[in-house]
Amino acid sequence: MPDSTLAHAPQFDDASQQRESATFGMWIFLATEILFFGAMFLGYTAYRLAYPAAFAAASRHTLLAFGATNTAVLLISSATMAFAVRAAREKRRTALTVRLLLTAALGVLFLCIKGFEYAREISEHLLPGASFQFDQPYASHAEMFFYLYFLMTGVHALHVTIGVVLIAISGFRAWRTDAFMRNDTAVDLLGLYWHFVDIIWVFLFPLIYLVERHS
Amino acid sequence: MNNPSSFPFPEQASNLAPGVDWIFYTLTALCGAMTLLVVALITLFCVRYRRGSRASRANANPRSLPWEVGWTLLPLPIFLAIFFWAAKTYFRMSRPPKGAMEINVVAKQWMWKIQHSDGRREINELHIPVGRAVKLVMISQDVIHDFYVPAFRTKQDVLPGRYTTEWFTPTKPGKYHLFCAQYCGLDHAIMGGWIYVMMPADYAQWLAQGQPPDSLAARGERVFYTLGCSGCHAANSKIRAPLLDGIYGKPAPLSDGTIVTVDDQYLRDSILLPNKQIAAGYEPVMPTFQNRISEEDLTAVIAYLKSLGSVERNDP
Amino acid sequence: MNTETRELPMTLEPRANYLNDGHSIRSWLLTTDHKRIGLLYMVSITLFFFVGGAAAAMMRLELLRPQGGLVTSALYNKLFTMHGVIMVWFFLIPSIPTVLGNFLVPLMIGARDVAFPRLNLVSWYLFIAGGASALWAIIAGGVDTGWTFYTPYSSTYANGHVLAMAAGIFIAGFGSIATGLNFIVTIHKMRAPGLTWFRLPLFIWTIYTTSLILVLATPVLAITLTLMALERLFGVGIFNPAMGGDPLLFQHLFWFYSHPAVYIMILPSMGVVSELIPCFSRKSIFGYNFIAYATISIGVFGFLVWGHHMFVSSQSVYAGMIFSILSFLVSIPSAIKVFNWTATLYKGSITFQTPMLYAFGFIGLFTIGGLTGLFLAALAVDVHLHDTYFVIAHFHYIMVGGAVMGYLGGLHFWWPKITGRLYCEWLAKLAAVTIFAGFNLTFFPQFILGFMGMPRRYPVYAPEFQVLNVLSTAGASILAIGYLLPLAYLLWSLRYGKPAGANPWKATGLEWKTSSPPPRDNFANAPVVTEEPYNYDAQAAELSLEENSHA
Repeated sequence: MPDSTLAHAPQFDDASQQRESATFGMWIFLATEILFFGAMFLGYTAYRLAYPAAFAAASRHTLLAFGATNTAVLLISSATMAFAVRAAREKRRTALTVRLLLTAALGVLFLCIKGFEYAREISEHLLPGASFQFDQPYASHAEMFFYLYFLMTGVHALHVTIGVVLIAISGFRAWRTDAFMRNDTAVDLLGLYWHFVDIIWVFLFPLIYLVERHS
Repeated sequence: MNNPSSFPFPEQASNLAPGVDWIFYTLTALCGAMTLLVVALITLFCVRYRRGSRASRANANPRSLPWEVGWTLLPLPIFLAIFFWAAKTYFRMSRPPKGAMEINVVAKQWMWKIQHSDGRREINELHIPVGRAVKLVMISQDVIHDFYVPAFRTKQDVLPGRYTTEWFTPTKPGKYHLFCAQYCGLDHAIMGGWIYVMMPADYAQWLAQGQPPDSLAARGERVFYTLGCSGCHAANSKIRAPLLDGIYGKPAPLSDGTIVTVDDQYLRDSILLPNKQIAAGYEPVMPTFQNRISEEDLTAVIAYLKSLGSVERNDP
Repeated sequence: MNTETRELPMTLEPRANYLNDGHSIRSWLLTTDHKRIGLLYMVSITLFFFVGGAAAAMMRLELLRPQGGLVTSALYNKLFTMHGVIMVWFFLIPSIPTVLGNFLVPLMIGARDVAFPRLNLVSWYLFIAGGASALWAIIAGGVDTGWTFYTPYSSTYANGHVLAMAAGIFIAGFGSIATGLNFIVTIHKMRAPGLTWFRLPLFIWTIYTTSLILVLATPVLAITLTLMALERLFGVGIFNPAMGGDPLLFQHLFWFYSHPAVYIMILPSMGVVSELIPCFSRKSIFGYNFIAYATISIGVFGFLVWGHHMFVSSQSVYAGMIFSILSFLVSIPSAIKVFNWTATLYKGSITFQTPMLYAFGFIGLFTIGGLTGLFLAALAVDVHLHDTYFVIAHFHYIMVGGAVMGYLGGLHFWWPKITGRLYCEWLAKLAAVTIFAGFNLTFFPQFILGFMGMPRRYPVYAPEFQVLNVLSTAGASILAIGYLLPLAYLLWSLRYGKPAGANPWKATGLEWKTSSPPPRDNFANAPVVTEEPYNYDAQAAELSLEENSHA
């Protein structure tokens, strides 16, 4: 068996090789994710350039207060995640547990706010489909805007949900198991993922809520 | 009239065909020579340097750099030459000459509907005189199709919601295949027909068979009144809408400050998606005519608007 | 190390290897051994190959007569869709990377396994789940959109199980991404001491580039198919003209994935050929660095040429020109490779075992396939040839003539390593020649058909195209026999083949330095690399000395 004090999987020579591989793998995964979102951003850009007036009009119907609050919630959660990563490095179990669960809780808060926002938008007939209603003259292109809105924020929310689940599980494992405390790579990787989810939102927020709000 | 193509060379029946074929044959010669060179070298090496042969193996690893640079740079000028040649021909294909005879094509699963400007209509057949440039203005009612005439060496996708054009000057009388080249569902393979290229005399005779009911523009005018367009787009109308006389081909200022040229696509969008581009100085009050007008009628209305002469218009 | 404790004493027969390391079904289905996962893939893609091949056979029979009559148009449309989807996503894309790549990447770089063995197994299950969904779509009634799923036909007009088919491709796509990610990390982080980037076998370079493409292009396909599916489900979507959407956007996104996907299929084959040529001509490869750079540049340029699939789709003339010239440029690195392989033969000591025959076949067919690509890159010529049989012939020369020949060549080369057995050499040579002849008879006539103007996806056609279609079908039946032969003699060799020994071809490379089949952990002792790749020159020098002394 390996003589190093840190456990590592048999295919690796030592724990540092394992750690480097895992981190590198996460970066590659995030590259995939960027391309995944990239196609949607491309669609958004193409149609915003094609129908600027309709997109501006539609954007005025989004709920800026909800969006702004959510931006703040996610940014704070990114900070608590960063603190959790530090706690993991320093092997501080209580701090790690608290910070992870706090991050997960903020993620849940984000999802709740998003849920209320969706509910209101649906009640205002902004969900594309048969029930969609929007003042002429921009109805069809505003529908495109809201389609892209629900699509992009929906896929983002799916990513948040996955993150929340994984972070919450890690929080409980940090609290209950010793093995988890011995290796801080998992928390590192979660941190990378969570910051990525955050950055996607930072791009989504102005694209959706702030089209021509500056004027 | 139906001359079978001289196998395996397809008939050259348009002004575009010889140009395309020249590039094709040049490429065939170049690529054939290239393939033969590679095959010959491999064969030569295989024979000469088979295991156990007595050929000298001295200095078996020459420096690779000069060779690599050589065979990287050598194809470049050839490729560029072919590229420019083909691009120039492509450019010519994409620019119909002025004064070409305009024919409207509406594609639907699985049929080609042709409308001549004199109102004559054909299905899956197109009669044209030899020697006159023809410009097809095409649109699809459903999925993407493609108007392909191998003998003319030209094809173009036919899209829903957007006019595309294709042009050629037939150079040889005959009967040629029309194929749909973009897969469009069940009967894609039989969505085709024939192009009849006729000597001027024969064409005149064909034209003389049966009077067409109405010119396309006249039909468009009827549609224009039936759908009530004239209620607003008239000089004495209560609702202020742009007058349409003589606007075709002119620049139109839009409410967002840009200026577009009034063409088929602009007119079509203005009827179906009236708020995509709003004429400067007017309220966006026009209702959409999506699902209320067929592609053929739309073509007719556009033909009517094109036919309207220029008149004095009092600016808003 | 683990290895030594697990290794049995050499006197015991049979020696412990990855094949006899557990015989239960469970030990296969839950394995994390990259070699076993490679075999799981091999069995599954072989199955898919014959499913896709059966569809092709039906199509070729239908095309014997201009008026068809064997199958209805509806069934024919489903057959070519099934053939395309199965062959592209469930055979060609996984073929070399997941079978030979899984087996060889850790062996070639001197590692015990890939970086994430469990993820590797998950990839296979995703592949199987995706394949099951696609097969279900076929069995439940089929899909008739063509493998390209062009909107609005796929999103609005098509009947059939488009959603299940798209879901299958989506799921399998994530398997591809996971495989690519695994290889990238493995190649970056787990190379043996001394194995620098420019000592890597060229096969590894191609798998690396392929993995990059898998990771960067597949997500775009996933989201594109999702968008198409949403539009089909809810009637709203970004390709929908009624909402101001543009159906051409689908084509852009689709080809942004699907053009690089061509390189996913062909690059690993180039990697295989780069292993075969030096081995059977006993020479180090000519211009190693240039082949490596050419591999990477094909991968990069491959992302910039998708628009050459859209020259007649009404994209702007100037966009067409840019895509055209870039397509000419991407052919240069491919040409560099062909020249380098040819130059490797110069003053070699060439033998003609089965893998080498496939390598020659690959070079010939790939050259034709690549050069006919120039016809399609040339704008005005493409206008005539687009969506005709010329295109069909061109990409079959690349994908079957290129990718499949490479896969078979690699399979015959590493079969002794994978199974520890030798196959029947004369039968294998016969199969190679049969496949080469059958392939050319099948697809060369299609170039002429395309130039004459026969459009693709036609179950019935004009009578003047019949002669060439009959030739093509005749070739296809020879090709089918050619493909069945290896299935027979390779299976036969499993039981009756002679033991291969560690290195039957006297090849260089780490995978030949361990026993055949390799032990569970690949190497008895962790390898250290001290020499350049393809160091065949030492052997060759000895040979020529011997022969000179005879003279």
